[in-house]
Amino acid sequence: MKQHRLFWLIAVLVAALALVAAACGGDDDDEGAGGETTTEEPSGGALGTVEIAPGEPIKIASLQSISGATASLGTDQVRAIEIAIEDFGEVHGRSVELQSEDDGCAAEGGTTGMQRIVADPQVVGVIGTSCSGAGVPASQIASEAGLVMISGSNTSPSLTSDLEGNANDAFQPGYARTAHNDLIQGQAAAEYVFNELELTKIATIHDGDPYTEGLATAMGNAFTELGGDVVLATAVNKGDTDMRPVLTEVAASGAELLYFPIFQPEADFIVKQARDIQGLNAATMMAADGVLSDTFVSIPESEDMYFSGPAQPEGSAYEEFVGKYEEAYGERPIQAFHAHSYDAATLLLTLIQDVGEDRDGTLVIDREALRNALYETEGFEGLTGTITCDEFGDCADPKINILQNTAEQETIEQVQRNVLFTFEPSE
Amino acid sequence: MSDYGAALRRRGLELFSFTGGFLWAVRIAAVVVVIWGAVGSLTEGRLTFDQWKNLVVFGLAQGSVYALIALGYTMVYGVLRFINFAHGEVFMSGAMIGFFAARELNQHGLWSDRPVLGILIVLLVCMTTSTTVALIVERVAYRPLRQRPRLILLITAIGASFVLQYAFRGLFGAGVKSYPSIEALQGSWRILGFNVIKTQGVVILIAFGMMALLYTFVERTRTGRAMRAVAEDQETAELMGINVDRTIVTVFAVGGAMAGVAGLLWGLVFQQVFFFTGFLPGIKAFASAVLGGIGNIPGAMLGGLVLGQTESLGPSLVLSGLGVPSAHQLKDVIAFLVLVLVLVFRPTGLLGERVAEERA
Amino acid sequence: MAARFHRPDPRRTVVLGIAGGLTAVFLSAIGMVEEFIKRSLVDPEVVLGYVTIALVPFVFAYVVARPPPVREGIAPVRPGPLTLAAGAVAGLLTASVVSLFVVITTEVNVRGVLQNVSPPLLETLTFHRGVGQGVVWLLVGGTLIGAGGAAVHLIPARYRRPVVLAVVWVLIFGLLQVLIAQIFRGLKVGDTVNPFLYKGSRGLTIHGAITVWIAAFLIALSLEGQREAMRRRLAEATPAVRRNYMLVGLAVALLILAVTPQILGNFLSEVLDLAGIFLLMALGLNIVVGYAGLLDLGYVAFFAVGAYTGAVLTSPSSPEWNPAFTFWAAIPFIMVAAALAGIIVGTPVLRMRGDYLAIVTLGFGEIARILFLSDALKPYFGGAQGIIRVPNISIGPVEFVTSQDFFYIIYALAIVLIYVSWALQHSRVGRAWMAMREDETVAEVMGVNIVAAKLQAFIIGAILASLGGALFAHKIGSIFPHSFNIVVSITVLMCVIVGGMGSIPGVILGAIVLVGAPELLREFSEFKFLLYGALLIFMMQMKPEGLIPSRQRAQELHQDEAAQDAWLRREALGDTEPEPAK
Repeated sequence: MKQHRLFWLIAVLVAALALVAAACGGDDDDEGAGGETTTEEPSGGALGTVEIAPGEPIKIASLQSISGATASLGTDQVRAIEIAIEDFGEVHGRSVELQSEDDGCAAEGGTTGMQRIVADPQVVGVIGTSCSGAGVPASQIASEAGLVMISGSNTSPSLTSDLEGNANDAFQPGYARTAHNDLIQGQAAAEYVFNELELTKIATIHDGDPYTEGLATAMGNAFTELGGDVVLATAVNKGDTDMRPVLTEVAASGAELLYFPIFQPEADFIVKQARDIQGLNAATMMAADGVLSDTFVSIPESEDMYFSGPAQPEGSAYEEFVGKYEEAYGERPIQAFHAHSYDAATLLLTLIQDVGEDRDGTLVIDREALRNALYETEGFEGLTGTITCDEFGDCADPKINILQNTAEQETIEQVQRNVLFTFEPSE
Repeated sequence: MSDYGAALRRRGLELFSFTGGFLWAVRIAAVVVVIWGAVGSLTEGRLTFDQWKNLVVFGLAQGSVYALIALGYTMVYGVLRFINFAHGEVFMSGAMIGFFAARELNQHGLWSDRPVLGILIVLLVCMTTSTTVALIVERVAYRPLRQRPRLILLITAIGASFVLQYAFRGLFGAGVKSYPSIEALQGSWRILGFNVIKTQGVVILIAFGMMALLYTFVERTRTGRAMRAVAEDQETAELMGINVDRTIVTVFAVGGAMAGVAGLLWGLVFQQVFFFTGFLPGIKAFASAVLGGIGNIPGAMLGGLVLGQTESLGPSLVLSGLGVPSAHQLKDVIAFLVLVLVLVFRPTGLLGERVAEERA
Repeated sequence: MAARFHRPDPRRTVVLGIAGGLTAVFLSAIGMVEEFIKRSLVDPEVVLGYVTIALVPFVFAYVVARPPPVREGIAPVRPGPLTLAAGAVAGLLTASVVSLFVVITTEVNVRGVLQNVSPPLLETLTFHRGVGQGVVWLLVGGTLIGAGGAAVHLIPARYRRPVVLAVVWVLIFGLLQVLIAQIFRGLKVGDTVNPFLYKGSRGLTIHGAITVWIAAFLIALSLEGQREAMRRRLAEATPAVRRNYMLVGLAVALLILAVTPQILGNFLSEVLDLAGIFLLMALGLNIVVGYAGLLDLGYVAFFAVGAYTGAVLTSPSSPEWNPAFTFWAAIPFIMVAAALAGIIVGTPVLRMRGDYLAIVTLGFGEIARILFLSDALKPYFGGAQGIIRVPNISIGPVEFVTSQDFFYIIYALAIVLIYVSWALQHSRVGRAWMAMREDETVAEVMGVNIVAAKLQAFIIGAILASLGGALFAHKIGSIFPHSFNIVVSITVLMCVIVGGMGSIPGVILGAIVLVGAPELLREFSEFKFLLYGALLIFMMQMKPEGLIPSRQRAQELHQDEAAQDAWLRREALGDTEPEPAK
């Protein structure tokens, strides 16, 4: 009996609290509209405006993977963004302040990090995320808050479109990227193998990462479409060390080339152990940008291997950028996507420069106008090439290089310059 | 099996009860699936006979590393009746410090010029490191808790495992460290119709040698007898004049040394080590020890070898035969399912005695 | 009784002093000091890095100088000059080891092996004054801090706790600046209070720190006397009165929680949501581990089952089958799926105990993750690409969008589940579980149906975790298999153990501290697991019953001490009648 009384007591309490909470919630909304967020100008777009008082800096944020196993990917990009802000100088006579958050390369991290960013109503736009998995929920939060979000390294097709005019599930208005869509790299690798190497049977391996799985699948589909045959599509797990059994299967499948767009250290195990398997040698193996690093190309067994990856920026502007990077951080850029993030940041600042209006010393940025301007970007010259956005936010200059690591190349930069084939999708 | 049957009856768990029926269904299903898959795979003729034989050798090499690590789990369990969860990290510590030694030797040319000497030196370094780490963990984390419930010890061990992992990460960095390779161990031998990669051959050789040595030590020496006595009954052993404390320390030291050997073999076979290296092999070795019957030294060896074969042959033999895509992704699923199935068939493991049933 | 001065053991002083030095070197070499150096607690000079390293000699000297506890029949000792000296010596030894480390690493470059022993670290350790002068500073500083640690014992007993507590509060205010500043903003006093307390994002101002210290000191001092009185009153009260106290406390706590998200704002609510989701899981695991004593290391499997079932049923873009249910319509299915998962995991392990159970459940956790990730099940669960577009939860026309809104759902569910969990504990099943935990064989002989009790524990635990999983899926809006790794299992287990196995308030505190704190203290993220591990070892040695122990478990774990106490009490009372310890 006693238990029952307590139960009712608690039930009543809960109900009462729900009422209180609802009342409080209502209260807050009213206050929010009146007080905390910026007052909406009647002329402003549906997403509201950001108003920056005289003398105050413009706030943008970065959401990159800066801790854990993929920390180097994000750190590289944050540094590039910092350089971009410095290079761009003042916007409408104001300095630019960067708030740096961590996406942890995971959906939870993307959510928490983006929540931190949107908590400040003065933030205009975000450069990020590093990882597509984090990008999916983050872009949704950013979109709902009216922010513009430009990623320098998300490549998953799901975030934008299938490149044939259909938006994919995770596409959110306000999202764009300066990195290429995986579909392009898959297409490039497939065309090179089928047309240039004239091979018709391939095997693919991914490691369960959304990026590698997406790329392996895209490559496989493109290859089948060209008329080739994917004789084995398989996978390993992160943390696996003994690749010999799976390589035995690859050898047995009769594949003429193995495409494994995965990361280190699993990729190291594959090339090192492949020499123990009859019928496999480096000339029949191809990986992607995930392994384009000094430690990988210096593995003796990786000699003669092929790689697919976004065309590396070149030219004096890029050299200048690398110089600044080296001076500021004491090492050369450590990953593949710094230039993309540099371009993303520069693009964002340019848009703010174009859209922002000075009204009696107050800088007013209309969020919707900013978003529209983003999707209208055309012929923007960045380090990675000419950036033109489609309506689903794919902005990258879609050049993909196929590289080879031969006996002559020793460092990653030399490999990057040994371009066998450059792919540009025909419109 | 009869023991198990007796246990079932004693506990009133009849064949036709819900759980009994469920377990039998699981057993029958497992056997059917395995046979179906294997027949499918073999008749398909995807792999040649030579390739099947290669898979067996790969599994043997991987399994003997598991077995070496499993020895440490099983010995500690035999004496203290708890799982030293941090043992995987003891193994990693040996492999990690061994890397620095190997790198140094390689710079002085010793690693490739005189591989036998080089390996011996690194082996010594690995064993010393792992033994030291095992002893420190015993002293700091376990000894104060010896009389506490075993759950407390197990949780402490999980804590120790975290501390070791992230201490090594902090000290030596998160990057993957690559062992230099040894020229003399490139290529392969042809033994009894099997194509054996030289490094794997060496690994199998050393592992079996070490296990034989350990078995002799435990069965034949005075210290070994003391260990068995302590395992059997601590109080009686103490009354018989055995120094229990010292015996337990010896057990940790010997287990650590075996893990150190495994660390070196890991370096030779996979040539890579980083702070997380110990985790997965540690769990696999833990599974091996349980699979073979925990507390039982030959059991740990058998468990390791069975697990190695399962991982190597399982995906190709069973899953591919069933037409499962990306079979090798499910390697660990098979490994753990085998563990569950063995325990369902034999709750005390392959060679386990009644001990586990009574005291566990 | 004439009190003697305390004479600390010289050997212990030396050993602990050197151990302190090794600890400090270790903290430096793993990069903690350097990572924390950028974090300012009190502007301009008190930074977390120096606080961390200064805490080492302080704590070690405190331990060295601690007088033995007052015991019956032994003349009490009181701290004297030797106490201070011992502390100073220990501090000096600690500093000497650090100095030795600094000198050696300046001469020999060890960076090829020890990555974090960088020139900036050495500069930090020598206070940017070069090795010679820096070492002198280190030694002097170490000695003084050591003496300071020992001097704590010299403070009159009445003031000792408040003084130390107030310092701790200053550090907490500095450390949790984000949280505290936001609370003041939420209370609508942020504009006046925050600029007074904080200097931008550089920690407390000096006058702010002093204010916090004085306030904390006064509050602690005034509570010091009352705590005893409160405890006595509670102990003397009849059960009915005690329950009324509890209910009032509960009501106040609930009310505070109800307005929390409004005060905390969106981001901190997000942190609280995450802690809430882990709380739901921890409540479930508390039933499995805490009540029934079944160590489950693969609890994430049920979390994943809940998340995936929820996502498949509600997302309009789930791959194979997408009925696009609402969250509420999906709940029964989620619970059924979880119960099935509980049976699948629970049945094979019925006959297993302890370590066998641990490894097999761990295996099931991994199996679940790999299966959801696998290409083989990709047509159903999306493989590596996960399931996206999991909708927000709504009740009728009200959609719960922000993390503040979401808090109420988690909050309501948590209250229901806390009640369920509490009711179960006191039910027939709960008693069966606890009997089973104590001794399975005896419980069975006494008529407990072990098979049923174990399966019930697994099924109920699975259902609780699956609800956590479903909320997680809706909260994030998309799920990927990588979120369901073994770290989740370990974190939930940590919440239960650190909070107090079998204790509901403990589990709540555990979830808030262990999940919330790392989100707030970003500097800690790198060292999160190191600290977790150390905390586990420490808890098991010092307080195996957890932060807020369940009364019963505490008794079990301290049986010996309880027996001793009882014996002492009888001695004191001259009572000779034997009395059971429990």
